[in-house]
Amino acid sequence: MARLTDENVTLAKEIIDRYPRAKSALIPLLHIAQEQDGWVTDEAMRHIAELIGVTPAEVLGTGTFYEMFKFEPVGRYLINVCGTMSCALLGADDLMHAAEEELGIHEGGTTDDGMFTLHRAECQAACTEAPCLQVNYRYRFRTTPVEVRQLISDLRNGRLEDEIPPHGTLARVRQHIPADRGVGAVDPSRVTSPPEWITASAEGGAS
Amino acid sequence: MTSFPWAPGFIDGGRPKIVTSRFQYEDSHTLERYLATGGYEGLRSALARSPHDMHEEVRSSTLLGRGGAGFPAGVKWGLTPDGVFPRYLVVNGDESEPGTYKDRLLMERDPHQLIEGCLIACYAAGLSRCFLYIRGEMALAQERVAQALNEAYATGFIGKNILGSSFSIDVVLHWGAGAYVVGEETALIESLEGNRGMPRLKPPYFPAAIGLYGQPTIVNNVETLSNLPFIATNGAAEYTSIGTESSPGTRMVAVSGHVRRPGVYEIINGTTTFRDLLYGEEFCQGIRDDNDLKAFVPGGGSAPWFLPDQLDLPFEGRLVGAAGSMLGSGAIMVMDSTTDIPAAALTLTKFYAHESCGKCVPCREGGTWLMRILERVVEGTGTTDDLDLLLEVGGSICPGDMPHAASADLQLEATPFPYKMTTICFVGPSAYVPAHSALTLFRSEFEARVASSRSRSRIPVTVVGAGS
Repeated sequence: MARLTDENVTLAKEIIDRYPRAKSALIPLLHIAQEQDGWVTDEAMRHIAELIGVTPAEVLGTGTFYEMFKFEPVGRYLINVCGTMSCALLGADDLMHAAEEELGIHEGGTTDDGMFTLHRAECQAACTEAPCLQVNYRYRFRTTPVEVRQLISDLRNGRLEDEIPPHGTLARVRQHIPADRGVGAVDPSRVTSPPEWITASAEGGAS
Repeated sequence: MTSFPWAPGFIDGGRPKIVTSRFQYEDSHTLERYLATGGYEGLRSALARSPHDMHEEVRSSTLLGRGGAGFPAGVKWGLTPDGVFPRYLVVNGDESEPGTYKDRLLMERDPHQLIEGCLIACYAAGLSRCFLYIRGEMALAQERVAQALNEAYATGFIGKNILGSSFSIDVVLHWGAGAYVVGEETALIESLEGNRGMPRLKPPYFPAAIGLYGQPTIVNNVETLSNLPFIATNGAAEYTSIGTESSPGTRMVAVSGHVRRPGVYEIINGTTTFRDLLYGEEFCQGIRDDNDLKAFVPGGGSAPWFLPDQLDLPFEGRLVGAAGSMLGSGAIMVMDSTTDIPAAALTLTKFYAHESCGKCVPCREGGTWLMRILERVVEGTGTTDDLDLLLEVGGSICPGDMPHAASADLQLEATPFPYKMTTICFVGPSAYVPAHSALTLFRSEFEARVASSRSRSRIPVTVVGAGS
């Protein structure tokens, strides 16, 4: 149960500043909270509400719409086995059975040691590489039941720590807009005229 | 024809390429490679002329939107009301349609091409801020685009006074968090405003009138924008020299399921036929194990199904529409003779039922009804009444004639696309489409299933393990 750390508050403010209206940062900030704690805590949601000037209920209201946000602890590794058409046609059920057996849990469950949560997911946009799965949103393409068992064993033994960060971490490269290069976000109610290059270039190019 | 270990899924057939021309390079995502292969030349060319001229160039290219609806991009840009500012560009990178992926590859493999496309669009249409909305589950795409944006800012391609001109713009990377419906453009805008991703009531039909923060907003798909650097660099005439008059250029198409060589291909628009794609040596090389083709979905999970009867149709929007389906997002899913048709329909209906945002009753309730009826049929506990009920429930989502393919065997004529709908967006109808197609084209399989009392707890969709 934690508010955002000072470091994350700095990051959150940088993100909020990119939007003409602060509420637009709601989903990106929920990702940061989830990255910090592995799931989205009530405290973090209250903190996000303060940062963007909405009520905690609004944060929860938006957050619960989206599949990726977890409002209770999940495993360090979230295994999402794709079950939609192309994967189903090529053996998604077999992958799920192998994962269930290897982990000793059913679809939707979390292992007692808190290492793994297993979900059936909807289409992961890798249909030609079916059947596929994601561990913390990192792909495994054209997977077999044998490979699923091996993957779980590798994760258990810490052999994939570098490749697959703990649940909650998405992109490890973040956008950073340099202060001297950024144009900055302006509240739309304060703009009424066309952008400069449109007025400047009525007669020709902008350069 | 080649594939590359750094671009899993993509297959280069050696044909003219517009958007995948750099996929052959392992470092295609870097600024260095981009600049070495003509990168940002389109932006320079755009800045050397007026925004109006650049817009006209795109208009005359007839570049069609690649997100699903196929609306011409140049026309869409012109739908913003006069004199209302600021205007925004929102990039739809929330690719989630079953069977589809090409935007993910374009973002992972050539993020600078997309960014350059965004800049050209903003310059031409007078859009003063760009939000690049990337599907949450695509961690690598987010990393690649973030890296590319950072490089482009550092070198002066984005930000204040780009390349010394009066053109100044920020491109902001935004993460999604997992919701199929957010691919609908008004839902995308709601999500970007920090709300639940539910489509807005229409009219207005286009967010070009009232969009993000109530301002004129253009929503363009990743693949659409990725075509712009080519058009700006080489001109509309060279672009339209590829493909056909009504469908110029190329298209990225993902072919998955029971083919020998599933893959994402960049094909010539309008002329390549489904037979070429499924059986051609440079494409999928036929059905696995020399099985017979049973059916295929020609345009993503929302599209009505086709039979072998439709193989000789070209991949062209109007012809496919007249034949009872749609090209949608450029995704073909192939089912061979081993496929359990009711179970296959169930996987798709289940997807859309699960992804309903809950705003419209026919979708929220109807999608779940359709899923439960299909589950009963597949599990062997359904009755013949269930088949009528399926059509009745579906009819409350899509009243009137449903589009479907022609079949010589069934002596069935085609009913052309589109359907009527009682919902705001296409999620509800999409739950019904696979059920309707399957039942219309393979009714005997459903009847055999409801007549039997065999019950199974697990539902294999097909015979597994025989594939290539």
